[in-house]
Amino acid sequence: MTRPRRHDPSRVIDLIDSSVQVIFHAVLVASVYLLFAGHNHPGGGFVGGLVAGGGIAVRYITGGIAEVRRLARFRPWTILGLGVLMSTVTAAVPLAFGNAVLESAKSDLDVPVFGSVTVSTVLPFEIGVYLAVVGLVLMVFEAFGDEYTTDPGAPPPSDPSPAASETGGQPERLV
Amino acid sequence: MIITLLALHGAVGIGMVATGRRLGRWAFAIAAIAPLAMLAWLATRMSRTLDGRVESQSWEWVPALGVDAAFRLDGFAALMVLIVSGIGLVVLAYSWHYFAPDDPGLGRLAGLLTLFAGAMLAIVLADDLVTLFTGWELTSITSYLLIGNEHDKTQARAAALHALLVTSAGGLVMLAGIVLIGQAAGTFRLSELLGDPPSGTTVSVGLVCIAVGAFTKSAQYPFHAWLPGAMAAPTPVSAYLHSATMVKAGVVLLGRFAPAFASVAPWRPLVLAVGAFTMVVAALRALRQYDLKLLLAHGTVSQLGFLVVLFGSGIPAATTAGIVAIVAHAVFKATLFLVVGIVEHQAGTRDVRLMTPLGPAWLVVKAVLVVAAASMAGIPLCAGFVSKELALSAIDGASFAGHGVVLGAVVAGSALTAGYSARLVWGLLVLPGRLRAGTEEVTVPHPEQDREPAAIGPSAPAAGFVTPVIVLSAATVVLGVWPSLIDRLAGAAASSLAPGASAHLALWHGVNAPLLLTALALAAGGAVFAGRRWIARLLRLGEAIPSGTDVYLGALHGLNRLANRITALVQNGTLTIYVGIVLVTAAVLPGVVLLTSATWPGWPELMGRPAQVPITVVLTAGALAAALVRRRFTAVLFLSTVGYGMAALFVVQGAPDLALTQAAVETVTTVLFVLVLRKLPDRFEKRSSPLTRTLRCAISLAVAAFVFAFAIVARESRVADPVSDQMLERALPDGKGRNVVNVILTDFRGFDTMGEITVLAAAGIGAVALARAGRRRPASPLAPVRPRRPEPAAPAGER
Repeated sequence: MTRPRRHDPSRVIDLIDSSVQVIFHAVLVASVYLLFAGHNHPGGGFVGGLVAGGGIAVRYITGGIAEVRRLARFRPWTILGLGVLMSTVTAAVPLAFGNAVLESAKSDLDVPVFGSVTVSTVLPFEIGVYLAVVGLVLMVFEAFGDEYTTDPGAPPPSDPSPAASETGGQPERLV
Repeated sequence: MIITLLALHGAVGIGMVATGRRLGRWAFAIAAIAPLAMLAWLATRMSRTLDGRVESQSWEWVPALGVDAAFRLDGFAALMVLIVSGIGLVVLAYSWHYFAPDDPGLGRLAGLLTLFAGAMLAIVLADDLVTLFTGWELTSITSYLLIGNEHDKTQARAAALHALLVTSAGGLVMLAGIVLIGQAAGTFRLSELLGDPPSGTTVSVGLVCIAVGAFTKSAQYPFHAWLPGAMAAPTPVSAYLHSATMVKAGVVLLGRFAPAFASVAPWRPLVLAVGAFTMVVAALRALRQYDLKLLLAHGTVSQLGFLVVLFGSGIPAATTAGIVAIVAHAVFKATLFLVVGIVEHQAGTRDVRLMTPLGPAWLVVKAVLVVAAASMAGIPLCAGFVSKELALSAIDGASFAGHGVVLGAVVAGSALTAGYSARLVWGLLVLPGRLRAGTEEVTVPHPEQDREPAAIGPSAPAAGFVTPVIVLSAATVVLGVWPSLIDRLAGAAASSLAPGASAHLALWHGVNAPLLLTALALAAGGAVFAGRRWIARLLRLGEAIPSGTDVYLGALHGLNRLANRITALVQNGTLTIYVGIVLVTAAVLPGVVLLTSATWPGWPELMGRPAQVPITVVLTAGALAAALVRRRFTAVLFLSTVGYGMAALFVVQGAPDLALTQAAVETVTTVLFVLVLRKLPDRFEKRSSPLTRTLRCAISLAVAAFVFAFAIVARESRVADPVSDQMLERALPDGKGRNVVNVILTDFRGFDTMGEITVLAAAGIGAVALARAGRRRPASPLAPVRPRRPEPAAPAGER
């Protein structure tokens, strides 16, 4: 048994696999931070959703669409619809209290351990935007993504041509 | 109370449409709750209404536009409620036997009938034009669903669509008229509007629009053709919507408007010409029919023309006559439809040429048919005679220009009506026997004429099936013999439309001109029937004239062709051309203004901060490279270089939020781009010709030059304080956030954000749909060459 060559594709993928586990959760935490920090610091639901989308993309690289599907319990369009619904409802709720659409209210709460926490009605709106963006990214993967197959019976991936390696992540390698 | 009762109709109707699958025939019993409640309420209000008092109720609907859901019960409304709910009850009772008990669609049907009744009641009770219009459109929609009740039949669907297109197109015209008149009068409230009618050209145009709406709904020429088509509906629906109630909506509207506006040009000539023409021509068409339901449908069109003449003239006496006629017609025409329904139900056909003679057990049905047909023909002792007498004397006594012509048309129409009434009775009771005996030949044989007729005649209907029509024809006779019974109601109805009108109904007015004219019409009707062979040959000439259906289909095809042409012109499918048009428009239109009116403010500083220089170099290089490379993938990478460069520029300018968003967007779009690119060929398909390349370069340069110049000019042309100052100021106090960009996104411009995520949703759905549509086509030229992965077992949409 010979030692795998340095550029053996399977070894590269193993490396990616293990690092993605770490990266993905860090990215998710970052995205949630951005979502919550958004009102007073750089960030917000839109950016947060996009960062989470980047995390999802990393998972796709290691596991194909099946891996992406495993990430969420709900179908992408459910998440997308939930996001749109949440934002719309949040926008409409002030109407019921005689205020303008999207008028926000906030209150400061004293929560043990965390200290003073500001709760704003903007947050559900932002969460809706976040969910909509995440849902959209999931949907595009659903639409254009492919399975990642490790089935030994599957045809071996074609050797990347010099032109392909020049462009970096040739998608054909994943199939 | 009115609003509560209408809401009851809505609740019962929607409830049954949603959940009525298992109700079976009991659906009709539940549906009867709504009209019963309506009639009970009407009974408590009747004596007040007969005294001429009105009851109104309104609810603020759109206060900003002055639109209320306003209702008003006056004499005429009470009469129409009586017709709508009364006939509705009869039809529901009849439906019990008409439909098979285990038909799963009955809950839906009964629910739709109830919804329709509610909408129709809203029309007759409405005191606000917008409310009336709402009810109007709801009847169009319920009528569409009811005509298409047997939705597995192409013919029924086409007929439903025909009716919907014509009536809703007319409804739109009417809406325009409502707005014009409402604006001219300063109110949409019907009672105020009619009490103090506005005038002027705007009002004249508005009145024509309203009349057109009424003509489409009441099936007047040239819009009539949808009504015979609507006979694809089950017979109880035809009897209720397409003879007794919905088609009267136009007449009701004309009746409301005519007394106040009849003298405004061109109301009276228009309405009278259309009504009289329709009355005569449709009656001629009815004389050609062998299908009993179609005969009745054309007869209904003709009778609606008669009603349009009476109500549209705006003369108090004619209005009174119209009120009696509307009652008489609702009663006898519903009876006739229901009788034809019974015959069709038992015999399996409604074409008299295929009918087996009806046996002696059918005696009651035959008697009912004869009574109702006699009322339609206008024979004394029937309600139809009373109304026709009143009508003739009203038109005879009128003084408007051309009333002689109208009188002549009404007498001719009445004669033809008598003719087709005789044809109806003869066709059902005499012709089948004669055809069988071979003593009579039909002018136009049925395609299946040679079919061996059934040996045994159709079995007689059950007693419960016949009871509703007996009740209705009893009403015909009672009103015919004792017309003064409804003196007060007709009087209250007439005076609520045309102040000063009164009603004194009587069977015998002495020998006078109307009586002689009636006799003339009946005699001529007899002659028309006697000479039916000769007339049939004459009428066949009329087949050369395009029918209303031909006109409708022609218009539809023309519209489709036009749409195809325009679509082919503006949507040619080339992305390059779309982008080119967008860019050229964006550059040229404001560019011209910029060149002609703006002054050049001079060059700005070459650079703000030193860090901008390397970033700009990278940006420019990336953009140039993206335009020059031949591989799609490389182009995308260079494009994202430009994007990250922009993010870097934002950082340098001190906008971390923008930079963050830009970087995240760039990352995700690049990843998604890569996904999509796999489905496309590696390289851009082919080199374009030098000419197109030059053109593209020219467009690009023009756009670039414009954007560049615009940015410089715009920066120096500020005349107002930037709105961003205000946003900076108000972000913390109003938006309660320190991140101004975020406050703008979620609060100040939150609506935009909502719109954007809705666009995201649409884009996502579109992407999935497109991708799946592409997957279904195996040999697409754009598909990758490698073998497809097997599709998951379950259909994608159901996971």
